[in-house]
Amino acid sequence: MNRGWMRAIVTLGLTAGLAYGGVAQAGPALDKIKQAGTLVCGVNTGLAGFGQPDTQGRYTGLDIDVCKALAAALFGDPGKVKFVPLTAQQRFTALQSGEVDILSRNTTWTLQRDTELGLNFGPVVFYDGQGFMVPKKAGVKSAKELNGATVCVQPGTTTELNLADYFRANKMTFKPLVIEKLDEVQNAYFSGRCDAFTTDRSGLAATRVARAPTPDDHVILPEVISKEPLAPAVRQGDDQWNDIVRWVVYALFEAEEKGITAKNLDEMLKSDDPNIKRMLGVTPGTGKALGLDEKWAYNAIKAVGNYGEMFERHVGKNSPLKLDRGLNDMWTKGGLLYAMPIR
Amino acid sequence: MARVAAVGPVRPKRPPPWNDPRVRAIVFQILFVAAVVALGAFLVGNTLANLERQNIATGFGFLDREAAFAIGESLIAYSPADSYGRAFVVGLCNTLYVAVLGVVLATLLGTVMGLARLSSNWLVAKLALVYVETFRNIPLALQLFFWWGLLREGAPGPREAWQILPDVFLSNRGIVFPLPHEDPSYRWVAVALAIGVAGAIALRRWSRRRQARTGRQFPILWVGLGLMLGLPCAVFLAAGMPLSLDRPELQGFNFTGGAGISPEFGALLIGLVIYTGSFIAEIVRAGILAVGWGQSEAAMALGLRPGQRMRFVVLPQALRVIVPPLTSQYLNLTKNSSLAVVIGYPDLVSIANTTLNQTGQAVEGIAMIMAVYLAISLTISLAMNLYNRAVALVER
Repeated sequence: MNRGWMRAIVTLGLTAGLAYGGVAQAGPALDKIKQAGTLVCGVNTGLAGFGQPDTQGRYTGLDIDVCKALAAALFGDPGKVKFVPLTAQQRFTALQSGEVDILSRNTTWTLQRDTELGLNFGPVVFYDGQGFMVPKKAGVKSAKELNGATVCVQPGTTTELNLADYFRANKMTFKPLVIEKLDEVQNAYFSGRCDAFTTDRSGLAATRVARAPTPDDHVILPEVISKEPLAPAVRQGDDQWNDIVRWVVYALFEAEEKGITAKNLDEMLKSDDPNIKRMLGVTPGTGKALGLDEKWAYNAIKAVGNYGEMFERHVGKNSPLKLDRGLNDMWTKGGLLYAMPIR
Repeated sequence: MARVAAVGPVRPKRPPPWNDPRVRAIVFQILFVAAVVALGAFLVGNTLANLERQNIATGFGFLDREAAFAIGESLIAYSPADSYGRAFVVGLCNTLYVAVLGVVLATLLGTVMGLARLSSNWLVAKLALVYVETFRNIPLALQLFFWWGLLREGAPGPREAWQILPDVFLSNRGIVFPLPHEDPSYRWVAVALAIGVAGAIALRRWSRRRQARTGRQFPILWVGLGLMLGLPCAVFLAAGMPLSLDRPELQGFNFTGGAGISPEFGALLIGLVIYTGSFIAEIVRAGILAVGWGQSEAAMALGLRPGQRMRFVVLPQALRVIVPPLTSQYLNLTKNSSLAVVIGYPDLVSIANTTLNQTGQAVEGIAMIMAVYLAISLTISLAMNLYNRAVALVER
C-alpha cells in the first residue's frame, strides 16, 4: 500500500477519534459529581487552620470542613470527598478545567475572578485582611517603615497585587521575592532572606504558630492593608450546584444562630421551632427544592457541627492559631455572618 | 515489408489516474494537508467555544492592561504600573540573560572537564570523573535547591554583611559591588574597543595568509590582545580617567546603589552551568576519542607539541562529532532555566504563570511561553547548524 495513503487514513482516524473524545461534555457539574459519587475538592497544600494534611495525609481545616459538609449534604457521608492539593498558581486552572468540582482554598472573592475567570463564589466563610509579619529584631513597629525591604510573597495571589498597590500608594519601594510553594516562601522568610512576609493575617498567624522556629521572635504588624473575603468557588454554568454550595454554608451559619450543635442535633429534631423543623428536614420541602435528600442540613451539621464549632476547632480558641471571632461572628453578635432565611 | 514504428524513444503509456502513482501521491498529500488543517481548526474552534461557554476571557488584549505586580529583578526599567506585555519582556530578558551566560560558562567548564578526564595525570582524571558522575545523576531541581540554600544560609543578613573587598559586600541578599557612573567618555572607550576587536580580527586574517604564503609566524595572540585592551585603555587615560563609583550603601533593610547579583540568579546560574557542564564534558570527551589514534601519531611524528596537536589536528575533527549533541545541551539548558520558578528567580515562565493566574487566561499564557521557547530553541539550533556546516570537513 502506498505509504502516504496509510498515513492519511491514520490521521483521519485520529482526527475522528479526537473529535469524538474532545467535544466537551456540556453537562452540569452536579451531574458529574453525582455520577462519580465523590466530591473532588481543591484545597491548600498546607495552611494551618484552613487546609493542611497531617502526618497520615488526612486533611483538616476550616476549608476542609466546608467540603465535608457538602459531601454529607450530597451523599449523606462526609467521607465521600477527595482532596486535591493546589498551589496558588494552579488553583484556578484546576477549577476552570474541571479537575476539581469546588475550590475551597482560602480564595479571595474579587470582581475579576467572578467575571473574567468564569467562577461563581459561595458565601464568605472567613472575612480576613492582608498584613505583614517581620522579625522582632528588625525593630519595625509599622508597615510604613518597610521602605526598601525585601518582601516574600506567593505569585498569582491578590496578596501580590495589594502589596504593590500599598507600596505605591505610600510612595515606598520594595523588592518582591516571588516563590510558588508556600513551604519555600516560609523557609525563605525564616532564613532571613526576606525582611517581611505578607499574606492574609490568618495565614500569618498560621505560619507563625506552625512554621516559625521560635514564634515569639516574630510579630504581625498592626496594619490591615486590604479586604480579603475568603469564599469557596465553583465554575459558572451550573446554577443548581451553585445554589447547593450557597445554602449548605448558610445552613452552617443558621445552625450557630439557632444554637444547634453537633451534640444537640438529634434533640433539635424534636424542636417546635418551625424554622428548625424546615431546616433539618422534619418539615419536607427544602431538600426537594435543592435537588438533595431532605436531611441535607442535618447531615451537614452532623458531619462538622455549626460554623462556630468549626471556627473554634480550627482557628479559634481551641486551636494553635487562637484567632478572635472578630468579623467572623454572627450578625446577632456584631459580626458579618448572616444566613439567608432557609424557607 | 513490416511497418516500422515511429522514430524517437519509446515512451511508456500513461496509466489511468487511479493507478498513476504520481497522481495518487498528490491526491493523498492534499487529503493529508486538509486533514491536518481541519484538525487544527477544530481544536482551536472547540477551545474557543468552551472558553466562551464558561465565560472565561479570551484574546490577547490583556497584554495592554496594567500588570499591578512588582518584579524582583529586571534588566530593563519596570514598575507595577507597566503593562503585562512589558512584564513579559522583562521575563524574557531575564531568561535570555541566564541562558546566554549559562551556555558560555557551561561550554567552558564542560570543555575543561572533558579534557581533564582525558588527562594523563591520574588525580586530575579521577576528579573530573567524580564531577561528571555526581552532577549528571542528581536531578537538576535538587541541585538548584542545594545551591540556593547554600547561598542563602551561608551568608549573614545585610546588616552583618561580609565586606570582602572595599565596597563589595556579601550577604544572604547576594553580592553587591560598585558600578562606575555613566560618563560621556565611555562612549569613546566603547568605540575604541570595537576598533580594537575589528583590528585584531583583520590582523589575524593577514597574519594567517602571510604564514600560508611564506611560513613566517606572527605573535598574533599578544598583539591582538594588546590592541583589544590597549586602545580602550589609551582612550580612557586620555580622557583623564573619569571614574566616579556608585557605591552600595546599607540603607534601612537593603543595600542601595551599585549593582548586585541575587542568590536566586547565582544559584540558577551555578546549578545550570555545573549540571550542563557535566553533560558537555562527556560530549567533548567522546568527540576527542572519536578521532583516530593515527591522527595523533602522525601529528607527533611531524613534531607538533601536545597543545598544537590538540588545536590543529584533533579538535577540528572532533568538532564534527561534538557540535550536534552540544546543540541539544544548549537547548536543554535554555529550557531548564524555566526551573527558576521554584527558587524565586523571575524568569519568563514565572512571570507568565503569575500573569495567567491574575488574568485567568491560561491558554494564551501557555501559548506565549511555548512560542517564546520555540523561537529561542530554533534560533540556537539555526546558529549551531550554521556553525556545524562551517566546521564540517569538505570531502573531495
